[in-house]
Amino acid sequence: MAKVVFNIWRTNPSGGEFRAYETDITEGMVVLDAVHQIQAEHANDLAVRWNCKAGKCGSCSAEINGHPKLMCMTRMSDMPEGKPVSIQPMKAFPVIKDLVTDVSVNYRVKKSIKKFKPRSPDAPDGTWRMAQVDIDRVQEFRKCIECFLCQDVCHVLREHALHDKFAGPRHMVYNAALEMHPLDIEDRTGDLKNAHGIGFCNITKCCTTVCPENIHITDNAIIPLKERVADKFYDPLMKLFRIFSK
Amino acid sequence: MVQFVWRDVRGLVRAPMFYGYLDRLEDILMASYETYHHDVLVIGSGGAGLRAAIEASVAGVSVAVICRSLLGKAHTVMAEGGVAAALANVDDRDSWKVHFTDTMRGGQYLNNWRMAELHAKEAPDRVRELEAWGAVFDRTDDGKILQRNFGGHKYPRLAHVGDRTGLELIRTLQDYAIHQKIDVYQEHTIVSLLKEGEKVVGAFGYDREKGLFKVFHAKAVIMATGGMGKIYKISSNSGDCTGGGISLAYHAGAELIDMEFVQFHPTGMVWPPSVRGLLITEGVRGEGGVLRNKQGRRFMFDDIPELYKGQTSTDEEEGWRYTQGDKNAKRPPELLTRDHVARCITREIKEGRGSPHGGVYLDIAWIKEKISNASEHIKRKLPSMYHQFKELAGVDITKEPMEVGPTTHYIMGGVRVDADTQMTTVPGLFAAGECAAGLHGANRLGGNSLSDLLVFGKRAGEHAAVYAKGTKAGSVDDKQLEEIATWVLSPFERESTPTAENPFQVQSDLQEEMQKLVGIVRVESELNEAIEKIKAFRERAGHAACGGNRGFNPGWHTAIELKHMVTVAEAIALAARERKESRGGHFREDYPGKSEVFAKINVSIQKDAAGNMVVKQVPKLKIREDLQQIIDEMK
Repeated sequence: MAKVVFNIWRTNPSGGEFRAYETDITEGMVVLDAVHQIQAEHANDLAVRWNCKAGKCGSCSAEINGHPKLMCMTRMSDMPEGKPVSIQPMKAFPVIKDLVTDVSVNYRVKKSIKKFKPRSPDAPDGTWRMAQVDIDRVQEFRKCIECFLCQDVCHVLREHALHDKFAGPRHMVYNAALEMHPLDIEDRTGDLKNAHGIGFCNITKCCTTVCPENIHITDNAIIPLKERVADKFYDPLMKLFRIFSK
Repeated sequence: MVQFVWRDVRGLVRAPMFYGYLDRLEDILMASYETYHHDVLVIGSGGAGLRAAIEASVAGVSVAVICRSLLGKAHTVMAEGGVAAALANVDDRDSWKVHFTDTMRGGQYLNNWRMAELHAKEAPDRVRELEAWGAVFDRTDDGKILQRNFGGHKYPRLAHVGDRTGLELIRTLQDYAIHQKIDVYQEHTIVSLLKEGEKVVGAFGYDREKGLFKVFHAKAVIMATGGMGKIYKISSNSGDCTGGGISLAYHAGAELIDMEFVQFHPTGMVWPPSVRGLLITEGVRGEGGVLRNKQGRRFMFDDIPELYKGQTSTDEEEGWRYTQGDKNAKRPPELLTRDHVARCITREIKEGRGSPHGGVYLDIAWIKEKISNASEHIKRKLPSMYHQFKELAGVDITKEPMEVGPTTHYIMGGVRVDADTQMTTVPGLFAAGECAAGLHGANRLGGNSLSDLLVFGKRAGEHAAVYAKGTKAGSVDDKQLEEIATWVLSPFERESTPTAENPFQVQSDLQEEMQKLVGIVRVESELNEAIEKIKAFRERAGHAACGGNRGFNPGWHTAIELKHMVTVAEAIALAARERKESRGGHFREDYPGKSEVFAKINVSIQKDAAGNMVVKQVPKLKIREDLQQIIDEMK
């Protein structure tokens, strides 16, 4: 058993500060266990969001030693030995209290994305047929647990706070899941270009790096969507064709 | 109090408006509240809650959903294996009748037969409907929804998405619901239901962010709050599963039944200690995983119950063929019902044949003897399991066996409901999903929970809307509100009293005792001890204190929810003492056999006028003739 110091961000009337807490670490513990222990022993009112503690709900996102991570999936044994561990809330969102941030913007953006619209059923009994190979890529996107770590690390949102101009990586993944769904017949490319600002992404791939579900956000979701937007709006031959076909 | 909501979503700094003035005790104790009106109020935003809300909104009434956490984070995300529905896509011998029979057999015939019938008949439509709403299930070779084998299901019946079916289900419902006319209150906690005479007319709660009180008036209220795993120390459940809804309904006068039937899932992680209890899907065994003790013996072959002798294989090779889809093979004993597998594992551990960390071995890596690309196959079929063991235990399940042991997983009991309408015994109050009881009887089959949410979530939404349309809005007297507000704020006042208790300490002590005394193997003397201790816990919960202010304060939240945890713990212990036999999820060391008397009885729990918990034995519903015939034919 080792004692480890945690510097945890605590909000106060003047904004907030890191406060140091010491707690015992035993084998196999994850950062969220340590936070719970500190909460139970020293700081009953320490605010932290969590639900499943199994990497499935995406609630306990935070920045651990500066890295955006799920607290429940970060093992203490992976922390540098003998050094304090810092935990702070996600920077791209307004802080509500301590480690809890206001992520409501994500729910509003999601609602603005056109909903799933299936083609008419393939079989008389109202069902569809899809091949597994055709849904593999969509299933990758649907693994998303909405932890919003990709939104947190995206510099368009984090550094430039362009939440009203760029939907962010999570919602690109959501768009991709809908656009590449074999049954979907809706067209979202116009929205992607304009309302959701896909052009803001300059493919630095930070979102892919932090995704706890290992979704290839940039390569598999954003770039193909950019290509669709480019095909539709920026293809010179198609533009000529459209001018003359008017 | 000023109703001042200040938000700047784009700004990175938030004004610290509640600090300072809310830190003064008199401000903290200010009991004003905001009021909201809806026709149907759904408490809980997991699968059942969202499905109910969607259905009620379709009916054209005004609907609100209360989420205790953020939308889409409910315990449903943790469901892994699949949703059971007799689609007959993989084996055309399947039908609602077989599903019905399997569910009744699994529940040891204590199920509400009508619920089992409706469930088996309607589950296929509910699953197909999800596909129309955008769910992407794994496919068969001919492009239909793929189905997998699971314990207690005669044919491959579980529609699934790898081992993250719950996530697919909740996300599909969530993404569909946000485009319906549904008001969503995220991070709100309900602390009490509101009544006018006998009727439920609303609910009282607070928002987590600021701790402001909210009064929700509603013509009908649907409880969809899920389970209670967190009253045990070792549990597969999400942090929200504290039994809140069962307790709220009980305190509002609703009858509870079958509370003694708690399901201990046979395969939870046992190492490292901090993840002890975390679920390992039954899908591992469905895909060919086997259980072994430390001598390497497949001990499940040693004890096959009478009820399942006819359909269980006694040959390892045949068991393997079954998992690979051989229609003529019988299922391996690893896929017997959960209650039985959990007890066999407990026996192996108790008799010294367990693994180093107090479990047994679950081996899927062995299938490399059978198929060439085993490692890839396992990663594709069981991606989260692979991930979970790699990340949290440093174990590669494609190379080594897992160490597993039983974990508290599900409560079959809960609020008694009418099978067709999901109305509880209190007018205006409905319940669906895990917090409701009846469908699963003494033991739930894997996969029947997700289908339960969909089938009865829909029914609850539909019938709550009908009820709301035929009802006038009730009113709540201020005295009721004041009493609740005073109680909810009392932990702040106790902070510096000499008897003040740390709410987290009380919670963890309760979990320890429940694990020890009301766990997988029960005995009268320990149950008596538990009942005495729970009384003391009720006392301690009454002393739970918290500091800080009302803004997002987990100490305060826990202090309030202790009441629910203690209520549910007491109900389980009392019901477990009442049932003097062993059946399904309930095993009594002092009454190890089944009893003819208790075969005909459900244990009921209700609050009497004096506020005491009263236990009664009620005769189980008499099954309809034609359904009994189906059961007899398929014996």
